[in-house]
Amino acid sequence: MSANLVALWYLAASVCFILALKGLSSPESARRGNAFGIAGMTIAVVTTLAIVAKGRLDLIIVAMLIGGTIGALVARRVEMTQMPELVAAMHSLVGMAAALIAVAVVNNPGAFGEHDPLPRGNRLELFIGSFVGAITFSGSVIAFGKLAGLGKKFRLFSSAPVVFRGQHALNLALAIVMIGFGTAFFLSGDKGWMPFIVMLGIAFVLGVLIIIPIGGADMPVVISMLNSYSGWAAAGIGFSLNNTMLIIAGSLVGSSGAILSYIMCKAMNRSFFSVIMGGFGAAEGAAADSSQKTVKSGSAEDAAFLLSNAESVVIVPGYGLAVARAQHAVKEMAQKLIAKGVNVRYAIHPVAGRMPGHMNVLLAEAEVPYDQVFEMEDINGELGTVDVALVLGANDVVNPLAHEKGSPIYGMPIIEANKARTVLVNKRSMAAGYAGLDNPLFYMDKTMMVFGDAKKVVEDMVKALE
Amino acid sequence: MSGALDPTVVNLVVFVLAVFVGYHVIWNVTPALHTPLMSVTNAISSVIIVGAILAAGPSEIDFGSALGAVAVGLASVNVAGGFLVTKRMLEMFKKKAPKAETKAEKK
Repeated sequence: MSANLVALWYLAASVCFILALKGLSSPESARRGNAFGIAGMTIAVVTTLAIVAKGRLDLIIVAMLIGGTIGALVARRVEMTQMPELVAAMHSLVGMAAALIAVAVVNNPGAFGEHDPLPRGNRLELFIGSFVGAITFSGSVIAFGKLAGLGKKFRLFSSAPVVFRGQHALNLALAIVMIGFGTAFFLSGDKGWMPFIVMLGIAFVLGVLIIIPIGGADMPVVISMLNSYSGWAAAGIGFSLNNTMLIIAGSLVGSSGAILSYIMCKAMNRSFFSVIMGGFGAAEGAAADSSQKTVKSGSAEDAAFLLSNAESVVIVPGYGLAVARAQHAVKEMAQKLIAKGVNVRYAIHPVAGRMPGHMNVLLAEAEVPYDQVFEMEDINGELGTVDVALVLGANDVVNPLAHEKGSPIYGMPIIEANKARTVLVNKRSMAAGYAGLDNPLFYMDKTMMVFGDAKKVVEDMVKALE
Repeated sequence: MSGALDPTVVNLVVFVLAVFVGYHVIWNVTPALHTPLMSVTNAISSVIIVGAILAAGPSEIDFGSALGAVAVGLASVNVAGGFLVTKRMLEMFKKKAPKAETKAEKK
């Protein structure tokens, strides 16, 4: 195949990737978008296979079959609550692949149609692509461990931040040394193995060090950030191979991850910089000082009575709901209420799950129709006219302190459940949320607390509604 | 002006334009689909597999092509896993309306 033809096929693949992302603007077009993505990938792979047709196709096909089978099995079996872990694991694979390819380029630039030894112009990009890839790999492994709850076995994977004295100074020093070796690789006249490998090794260590101080509450940002890194790594490799399709695909993914990180930071009222510096979430689960105030608590039956007499109900699900696996029970309850003529809607905070959009997927899995599910900013204006707000396993995202100057979460966007005529809150205990703050919502006169496991409580409500 | 265009400059042009396209396309993604967005971008960044195929391509097997083959395997996990899990999630977002209509007709 001529180089021009290859470039045109790659262009077609790039357009498919853009269409794949464009499709995600609505649930109706999203599946067609995914089909475009698959088509683009097929074009890219087949075109590349045609380039190496005289080489070891057998080796490549076997590797593809093994990898593809594993991927397909995982995709079929993974639980929707485990999506964050899966995504973290997949980021690490992209990072590792980028690092391996970079080593292969240094070893034999000829295989990629480059001069041997690699020209300077491509070395800088190879350096960037490989260190970003290495950081993506080891960082994602740590993120995976934290998300999968491996902290009990290995301290490195602890979901509480792992911090030590001089951490940031060490990271900075390592980064400078890494750039030093990268520069040595750039300037060296031969292949430059020594500086390249040392640089890569430091990058792997840096990836671990960057992610360990970040606490469990900040995981939505971390996953988005690693998503972005995996894209930039692919783009970097694209630069060093002069492959425009790789640059385009990598840039799309890189900017996607960056935008998601921004959205997540904003939703948590945290600056990107403070997330990276880590240490947040150390006071996880600390009990709030609630000794002075009293709460009204009631049974699931009381709650069901209030719900069935309401005209409109807004359900605010938090991650506690997903942990208790109560989505299906909630949907059943909502159906019962709808059958009684109650207008039921769901209000989703951007950080309601453990990754961007996670709660939407969990509700969709429970077959909640997506036209009942509203984003925070779309429903906040209407909460003042709602009879009952039912808060299930959420805390910080409904904390009215966010509107009070001087509070640590001042400015954080919240779902304004406190504006509803009656508020029902289901929680296991009075423990504080990730932010470690007391929540005035629980002490309001119109609030009734229903203590207990979310699934048990909602199932009791369903029974009471019958 | 003299001399041939450096490929790095061409790459930079493509890169900057692609970031712009990405920026505008991603802001249009509905927040409800942010999780499928992450899984599909994961699959798309695995297009790095083309680099892995080139690395594994040479007819004699050496250190570099062995690494390439491993990279092909790793990227394939993502390609298959990423697109399939995205498909699985998007199926869940299908409108349940047709079912509801049939129920209504029975009543």
